[in-house]
Amino acid sequence: MELKASILTADELRRALTRIAHEILERNRGAEGLALVGIHTRGIPLAARLAAKLRELEGVEIPQGRLDITLYRDDLSEIAHQPVIRETQIDFDLQSCRVILVDDVLYTGRTVRAALDALIDLGRPQSIQLAVLVDRGHRELPIRADYVGKNLPTAKSEMVKVKLAEIDGLDAVELWDMGQPGREQ
Amino acid sequence: MSAYADPHPKHLLDFHDWSTERLNAILDNADTMSKVLDRPVKKVPALQGLTVCTVFFENSTRTRISFELAARRMSADVVSFAASSSSLSKGESLRDTIETLTAYKIDAYVVRHSASGAAHAVARFSGKPTINAGDGLRAHPTQALLDAYTIRREYGELKGRRVAIIGDIRHSRVARSNAELLTRLGASVVLCGPATLLPRDLAGEGVTLTTDAKAAVKGADAVMALRLQTERMDAGYLGSLPEYIAGYQVNEALLEDAAPNAIVLHPGPMNRDLEISADTADGPRSRVLKQVEHGQAVRMSVLYHLLVGRG
Repeated sequence: MELKASILTADELRRALTRIAHEILERNRGAEGLALVGIHTRGIPLAARLAAKLRELEGVEIPQGRLDITLYRDDLSEIAHQPVIRETQIDFDLQSCRVILVDDVLYTGRTVRAALDALIDLGRPQSIQLAVLVDRGHRELPIRADYVGKNLPTAKSEMVKVKLAEIDGLDAVELWDMGQPGREQ
Repeated sequence: MSAYADPHPKHLLDFHDWSTERLNAILDNADTMSKVLDRPVKKVPALQGLTVCTVFFENSTRTRISFELAARRMSADVVSFAASSSSLSKGESLRDTIETLTAYKIDAYVVRHSASGAAHAVARFSGKPTINAGDGLRAHPTQALLDAYTIRREYGELKGRRVAIIGDIRHSRVARSNAELLTRLGASVVLCGPATLLPRDLAGEGVTLTTDAKAAVKGADAVMALRLQTERMDAGYLGSLPEYIAGYQVNEALLEDAAPNAIVLHPGPMNRDLEISADTADGPRSRVLKQVEHGQAVRMSVLYHLLVGRG
């Protein structure tokens, strides 16, 4: 694998999240009734950061949850290794919420489809919106994001790596060349 | 190379091919499955499109239902095969029966049989992932996993825990599987019963034997009572039932020297007031119903590990 380009610096990533937070408030006319649900792994710290920005802007605490979609993937029979099943934790009543699903990269759309199924099995939110840091295209399902930090046209042979301080020790978005078409990120 | 070297065993017949890491992963993922069972929608699509066949040559209620529910909770289709009402009673061989079932596109088998090694035969004839749900006197791996999971849920980890297993050790595949698994996961095991029901060859690293129930229970974090399997016994194993009850029944008096918060387990079905007193079976130490509850989650995890991610 070879690093092709640095897409977002730490400052640019922060600004992208600030913009998404403003868009969320504008579209939903405030933060009333909103909840943020991060998709494992990097969707979770991104959801926490968005919650912090919304608190800063509106002075309200937005409920946060974490969602693992492993048992809902449609490619379980194809994957070479058993994925670790991580924790799903939603401690608030989904019925009364407009949920914003948060993930780092939107690619084929299969992760989001699985997340929608997983979420709806846990309750019936009033609505579900989707926020992603990077939309790299190559959709295989009719899914689009409501909030996008960075639209990034890519080749299938490339990989978008989102690095977050909470997990990776630094904030960055990078484009890598894998030399062959990649899987769902 | 380790004796437990297979990175991805195809069957769960016993623990021989299973790495300790993978056994711990089953217990870890059982936590997630437990949470699925607590939800309003107790079902996930992980095994959608797959068909699991339960093949029971011995009567069983809890194990068969537990496996069937576990498979259904994971969205698999389930068919049941009862030997007593099958063509086996017309003389068909086990091999022909299993090959016929496999031609129906069965993806996995769950097998119980009174003969040790029967599950191995089904695995060989079918070539499909096979789970041993109890074979003869040899092994009952998912029962041991759910027992280990129940103890782990109680104490956080198994390492350093002392588990006393009391009763008819000789005829117990549960005792054999538990002794192997619990010691692999870091617990120590004391097997206890009358000398006639206590095979000496079960002693090993982490496993001690005793005929003194008071000594076995002393300091134990978990005490497991075993059913007296009179249907497997010839005459001569026991003096009398009152004598057995006086020496080996798990009851409040026996538990006085156990660890203060010791829990009581029983793989079921229980004979109240024989191997376990009724007040202990229903008392605050009892985790018997928790074992049943955990069995479903553990079996979901086992099915997941065997049927998902084969690449």
